[in-house]
Order: sequence, then structure tokens, then C-alpha cells
Amino acid sequence: MPIQVKHLSKKYGQQAAVDDLSFSAKEGEVIGFLGPNGAGKTTTFKMLMGFIQPTSGEINVNGESVPEDPMIARMAIGYLPESNPLYKEMYVLEFLNFISESHRLGLTKEDLINACKRVGLDAEINKKIKYLSKGYKQRVGIAQAILHDPPILILDEPTTGLDANQLMDIRALIRDLGKEKLILFSSHIMQEIESVCDRVIILDHGSKIADNSLADITSSTESDLKIIMVLDQPTKNLEIYNELAGVLNVQTADQRNIFFDVVKGMDPRADLFRAAVKNGDVIIHLSKEDQTFEQTFQKLTKKP
Amino acid sequence: MISIFKKEIYELYSSAIGYIIMSVFIIVVGLFLWVFRDTSILSGNVAKLDQLFFMAPYLFLFLIPSITMASISEEFQSGTTEIVFTKPITIGQFLTGKYLAYILLLFVLILLTLTHYYSLNQLASPIGNIDHGSIIGSYAGMFLLGCAFTAIGIFGSSLARSQVAAFIISLFLCFLCYWGMYYISRLSIFSGGADSLFEKMGMEYHYLSLSRGVIEMGDIGYFAFVILLFLSLSHITLNRRLS
Repeated sequence: MPIQVKHLSKKYGQQAAVDDLSFSAKEGEVIGFLGPNGAGKTTTFKMLMGFIQPTSGEINVNGESVPEDPMIARMAIGYLPESNPLYKEMYVLEFLNFISESHRLGLTKEDLINACKRVGLDAEINKKIKYLSKGYKQRVGIAQAILHDPPILILDEPTTGLDANQLMDIRALIRDLGKEKLILFSSHIMQEIESVCDRVIILDHGSKIADNSLADITSSTESDLKIIMVLDQPTKNLEIYNELAGVLNVQTADQRNIFFDVVKGMDPRADLFRAAVKNGDVIIHLSKEDQTFEQTFQKLTKKP
Repeated sequence: MISIFKKEIYELYSSAIGYIIMSVFIIVVGLFLWVFRDTSILSGNVAKLDQLFFMAPYLFLFLIPSITMASISEEFQSGTTEIVFTKPITIGQFLTGKYLAYILLLFVLILLTLTHYYSLNQLASPIGNIDHGSIIGSYAGMFLLGCAFTAIGIFGSSLARSQVAAFIISLFLCFLCYWGMYYISRLSIFSGGADSLFEKMGMEYHYLSLSRGVIEMGDIGYFAFVILLFLSLSHITLNRRLS
């Protein structure tokens, strides 16, 4: 296992930023870390990099303990920090040369230009970093993370603040990198996790509340189906619908637009239709709505 | 370490600060040595560079903290420590790389004052009739003093969150180490015993001793100790701030 984390905790005073977190990751996975602000994603990543020390617990990268020897993680992992700090007075190539020398890679100017091309930075290599747009700065951040061709990549919110085109580009890049590397990657954006990752770890208040494939997480929460029925006139008898098999709950404000929560695995639309006919109601719209990952996430992380 | 050293040199020479400091130093020294009547070499009868070595601690007191103030505080403020310390770079390498870059700047600064030495040498009658031993000793003292102030400056920057705070802390510590010890030794409670000890703990004592032209191991050892002390303290503070 390239990454193994056991009972990891980080406390600041009395407050736990990460609380008894355990997970492992194997080659070729693209794992999304999802959680509301302050869930402990960034703290976990910083501890994985040996940048901050855990209060307790174990972190092993390629079988070696990171808190004991942070250099292990720093050699094996490429890291894009959340705020993407860069030396803004430097030119792109100079900065990448600094990174290359920090890893003692001995890359030539050609190699650096090729690295820029890989992340779509080639048009900007002769600019100072401070004059780059946010999207290009993000590419510089990714370029410095992958420059030493690490087998593992940690990207902390790599797409925050990018416009739609930049977003698509960076996502495509991550998918591309994910073919050959283990990627841990955090995001606020559910669609992004859905489109890029094959496994999701959901954190809340420093603890892991879900760790599974996307489909499994979505189906693990109750009432995964909603049905919306619209009638031409308000119904006089709502009870008839409530008694149907599979219907958990009926909600309506005007007796016309009616929302049904349905038991997992059942589809009572045919019964609804027959009941409406019996009731003398005319259905002008009937549809089912699958629960999105977004709703699942809200359900999982909502405070009791 | 090489990567940090090169980056620092690059930043010093690509920003205005390196040039501003060099220009200020050269202009001030030039004015005092050749232009202002009270201090000019030309108004005296003896070919001496004493004014340069007298001014050096005062100039260094302001110029060196202004070079070093950004060294560490700025890395924390801009968050770039997260880039550096997620690469295979240790705190020791980080500090050494930075320190050596500033020492190189200091070396160039001192090298530029050799023009005054050359001019003085040519003006002396007969040519070359100056006390070379004393000047070489003074140059050694000036360089070591600069090295010590630089170490203090880096320590000040490692303590502070902002550059201004780093500047003020460094300036105060340099003042304390150079002049402060002498003034402490003058306090009446230390008279007759501890006073000479305090005086020897100050940099001024060793700087003046070197400028007499006798390069003693004790003086060199003193400066080496101060440099190592403040770099070690920087290492400790940095380690704490990062964990």
C-alpha cells in the first residue's frame, strides 16, 4: 500500500482538526476528499506531507513512517497546497528550475519547457508568476507538484476560483495524471468529485463519515428516490396516495404539486397513476428524481 | 541548500532592494570619506581609512536588518514555507542557503569599498605609505561583524510575522550585541569584576581589537560563536513555527 493512515489525530488546543482518521490508498486510485470547510482535509494532507506533525496516529508512505522521516513523503509525493503559494517575483522557468534543484533532478531548460507543455503552460513560460492569471498560476502549482514525476499526487482544491474552461482543462489533466498515479484530491464541488474520482472519502469535523465508491455512497443513504406529481386541479383526497405501497412520505403545499419520498428499490408510479384515475385526478406531470450525490453529501454532513 | 541559495540570490538581484542597499552604502561611505569636510581623508594629514571602519557598525545596523527582514517572515506571510518544506529541503539547508546568499551580498558590498583603499594607497606620500596591517585587520573585523549582524537579522526574521517587526527586532538585537554590552558593563553594580566580562561579551570590543591590525583567534572565535548561536536559535524558532 503506498499510503496507510491509522488512527490519525491532530489537535489544536482542545479542538480536534482531525480525529481518529484511518484509511489506505493503493496504486492507480483517484480518491476524492470531500467535506465542508474545516472538515480536516487540508490538515490531513499537510500531515501526509510531513509539513505538520500529528498529535497521535500513524502515517506510512511506501511502508515508512512520515512523522519520523518527512523526506520519505516529500520525495514520493507531489503536493499542490490549497492556497497555491508561489514565488511571485520569479519567472515561470526560474521557479521550476528552483523546484528541480530542490529535488536535485538536474533538469535542462528543454526538460522544464516540456514540463510546462504538459500542463499547458508553454505560452506563458517567459512571464513573471505575478503577472499570470489564476488558472495559469494553478498550472504552475501543478507543474511544480509533478516535476519530479512522483508516484503519488496530493492536490488540495486544485480548481478553486477557476473559470469554466480552466476548470475543464484542469479536470482533464487530473484524469490524465490519474491513469498512472495515485491521486488524493480535495474539492468542494460535488460534480468534480463525481467526474474525476473513483473513490470518495467524506470528512466532517475531522472524522471520516464515508469511504466508498460513489455509487455505493449514494445508495447507502435512505430514500434514494423522489417522485413529483402535478395535477391539473387540487386533489380532494390526499390520503389515497399516502396508503400506496412504497410511499414513505407525501408533501404538498397546494394539493396540486405533490412530492413523494419512496422506499429504496420501489417505483410506485404505476400505482400512483391508477390511484389518480380512481380518485378522479388528472395527472399533467409525473416524474422520478434520483437523489444526487450532492443531496447525499448534504444528508451525511448535516448537523443533527 | 544550493537551490535556496540560488533562489535567494536571484530574488535579491531581481528586486530593487539589493541595488538600493548597495547604492546607499557606497554613497554614504563615499560622502564621508571624500566630501564632508569634518570627516574627509583629504582634510587630514594622515592617510587612514578609519572613518570607513568607524561608520561600518552604524551603517550595518540599519542596512543588514533591512536586507534580512524579509528572509523568513515573508516566506511565512506568503505561505511559501508550504512549498519549501514539502520538498526535500531541511530547515538547516534552508537557513544555510539563505545565510550564504546574504553573506555573498555583504562580500560584494565590502569589495566595493576597496576602491577607497586603492585611492588612499595612490594618494599617500610616498605611494603605498599606509598601515596595511591595520586596514586588513579592520576589513576582517568589518566582514565578521557583517556576518554576525546577518545571523542576528535572520533570527529576528524567524521570530516575526511581519517584515517591519523583523526589522525592529533585528535592529534592537544588533544594537544590544554591539553597543549594549558595553553600556551594561558601565552600570555601577558590575564595577570591579563583572564589567570587563560584559565588555568582552559585546561585539565592539572584538571589532576594535581586530581593527588594531592583530588578527587573534579569540576575536574570530567570538564572532564564529555569535553566528552559530543565532543561526541555531533561528533553527529552533523555525522548527517551532512549523510544527
